[in-house]
Amino acid sequence: MVVTVMPKAGVLDPQGQAVAGALAQLGFGGVGEVRIGKRIELTITGDDPAGQAREMCERLLANALIEDYSVEVAG
Amino acid sequence: MTTVAVVRFPGSLDHDSAARAVEGLGASAVEAWHADPELPAGADAVLIPGGFSYGDHLRCGAIASRAPVMAAVRRHAEAGGRVVGICNGFQVLCEAGLLPGALRRNATLSFVCRQMELEVVDDGTPWTGGRAAGETISIPIKNNEGAWYGDPSAARVVLRYRDDLLGSTDRVAGIASAAGNVMGLMPHPEEACDPLLGSTDGRAVLGGLLS
Repeated sequence: MVVTVMPKAGVLDPQGQAVAGALAQLGFGGVGEVRIGKRIELTITGDDPAGQAREMCERLLANALIEDYSVEVAG
Repeated sequence: MTTVAVVRFPGSLDHDSAARAVEGLGASAVEAWHADPELPAGADAVLIPGGFSYGDHLRCGAIASRAPVMAAVRRHAEAGGRVVGICNGFQVLCEAGLLPGALRRNATLSFVCRQMELEVVDDGTPWTGGRAAGETISIPIKNNEGAWYGDPSAARVVLRYRDDLLGSTDRVAGIASAAGNVMGLMPHPEEACDPLLGSTDGRAVLGGLLS
């Protein structure tokens, strides 16, 4: 499973802002917003790996106050 | 004599200075180990010190907030017992849901280590030592993820930074639970208890463990 955790829209992402500034300094035009999150790869055995991964997000992997998450089966 | 349990996780750093500070206030300090399901016998209050519990992996305080000892801290808090979380301890209390909000990366994108002036906001908790709202105290900060994010109207804001340095919502430096018995703050009161360190204002905060 692949879990992606991103800062919620509207939550300041100073890391993303710093990287956006550095990209502009390197001459990359047209870079708008940069947002930085996390990719978590999980090997899960059992009946409902996606459901388990979602529960893991709710209980530990993401903080719902400041982060959104998505769960995908690794292709 | 009040006995304060100082919680120690892998990666806690400030347990010794915190223990020294509470002993300086006339309390005794005992260690509460992260893997223990109970607080040490006789513990009257709990202090969660600063540091980098579990290497700050995943999110600051996230893994520590799920450690076995935290179930005991939660029971202690729900029974009305006093709990203070300092810096990483504040992050742990927010991650545990014992205090509202979350701590994020400083807007400066840098580790900030300096003395900060703090304004007393809510003077009705045990954590300001009788200082009135509007009074200023001076306590240092040392953190990288010290910007509190949350709804200030849903929290008891006890201390607020005079200067907006970290990007904390409403300049929040420390908040208490609705009942006032749980307190979290990013500044380090244990580093402001000895005149040699330039300020003894930290005693007003840590005194909340004893009263």
